Amino acid sequence: MNPLTQLIEAALFSAARPLTVEELQTLEQDASLSDVRQALDQLRERYDFNQHGVEVVELAGGFQIVTRPHFAAALERAQFTVRTPKLTGAAMETLAVIAYRQPVGRAEIEEIRGVNAAGVLRTLQERDLIEVVGRGEELGRPLLYGTTNLFLELLGLKELGELPRAEELTIALHPHVPEEPAEGEAAAYVESES
Amino acid sequence: MNQNGPHTTALGGEPGFVVQLDAYSGPLDLLMHLLREEQIDIADIPIARIADQFLGAIHLLGLNQAADYLDMAGRLLRLKAQMLLPRRLDDDTWEDPRHELVRRLLEYQQIREIVTWMERAVDRRASQYVRGYLPPPPELPPPPLTLDLIEMLSAVERVIAAIPSPMFHRVVPRPLDVEGATARLEALLADNEEFGWLQALGPRPTITDVLSTFIALLELARRGRLNLVQSAPFAPMVIRRESTHPAD
Repeated sequence: MNPLTQLIEAALFSAARPLTVEELQTLEQDASLSDVRQALDQLRERYDFNQHGVEVVELAGGFQIVTRPHFAAALERAQFTVRTPKLTGAAMETLAVIAYRQPVGRAEIEEIRGVNAAGVLRTLQERDLIEVVGRGEELGRPLLYGTTNLFLELLGLKELGELPRAEELTIALHPHVPEEPAEGEAAAYVESES
Repeated sequence: MNQNGPHTTALGGEPGFVVQLDAYSGPLDLLMHLLREEQIDIADIPIARIADQFLGAIHLLGLNQAADYLDMAGRLLRLKAQMLLPRRLDDDTWEDPRHELVRRLLEYQQIREIVTWMERAVDRRASQYVRGYLPPPPELPPPPLTLDLIEMLSAVERVIAAIPSPMFHRVVPRPLDVEGATARLEALLADNEEFGWLQALGPRPTITDVLSTFIALLELARRGRLNLVQSAPFAPMVIRRESTHPAD
């Protein structure tokens, strides 16, 4: 392993959160972004080739050293780690709506889910999985919500684009197809079915 | 949600219903469940039957308090009525009043699909542990208060008991015996040309004795019966008979 790879390994080992390529670049002023990426690749290959118990994963826009999934059960049995409690179905539904429709207001979330969302929104906000990203133009200027980096970390995603794609769904994924109203799509689907 | 939620008390101890309630995340979920159960094509929902079943289900499930479910029940009943009197859109087509409901159901179905996908992702991610990283515990909102008056009062009592009670200091007047001290000092002066402070105090003096003796000393010095001498600051005080006055 070259010195940069070693340095990056040390950084990833010491950090409690995913580190971005840009952050890793600040370790060594002579290193370019592509040097850092190469070093990350080298580290990842090294861990895979030598069958280390840990691996380098890319998530939430950064890189992190994590234990390999098939050791999870043993680690939990030995109580070295504790699995974080699952989110409720209501929380997951709300997160799903926000992830696909962001920025989205409470009224739209409640319309889609058919239930009051105030409590769930507060809980998700307290857990830092969603945040207020702006205010709507409608009457009362309602708060608009979006997902956070911690949401990506929770799902182990690099970016929102890794969620199932809009074409596979009848509702539109806002960031990618903002010009297509979701209701039109759903209606079109209904007509072709009936 | 857990079984100790507010519904347990609302239903007056019928825990079976609470479990059922938790099984559905809302009226759309319940509706989807009914459609699946009856193997109904979502594009051709027999509204009258489903509306009746929905009403039956929320009655059975003890969901009557839940406004969200009642809202959906209301929509279904309105749809049921509209089905009897559909509006003509043009010569060939009739408006299908179920259109909006179907759209919402499809939308909701998509959300459920995404949730399933997300849950798998969360699960996968949860099995990858980060070195010694303990995510900060989420700040939970305070649980709803379910206290009765007795519990409330006993809690108040515990709080009050923890408050330190005010301390009352009794002030006891300690009579100084200056006369007695004066008499003792005069007896000492009669026998000794000079003596030390400790000797003037006598054996095992109390704080009152010390004060009485000190005042008596000052008084006798003022009357010119004795001299108080210190060889240096903080040196032991020496009491000396005033030579101009013969001992009594």
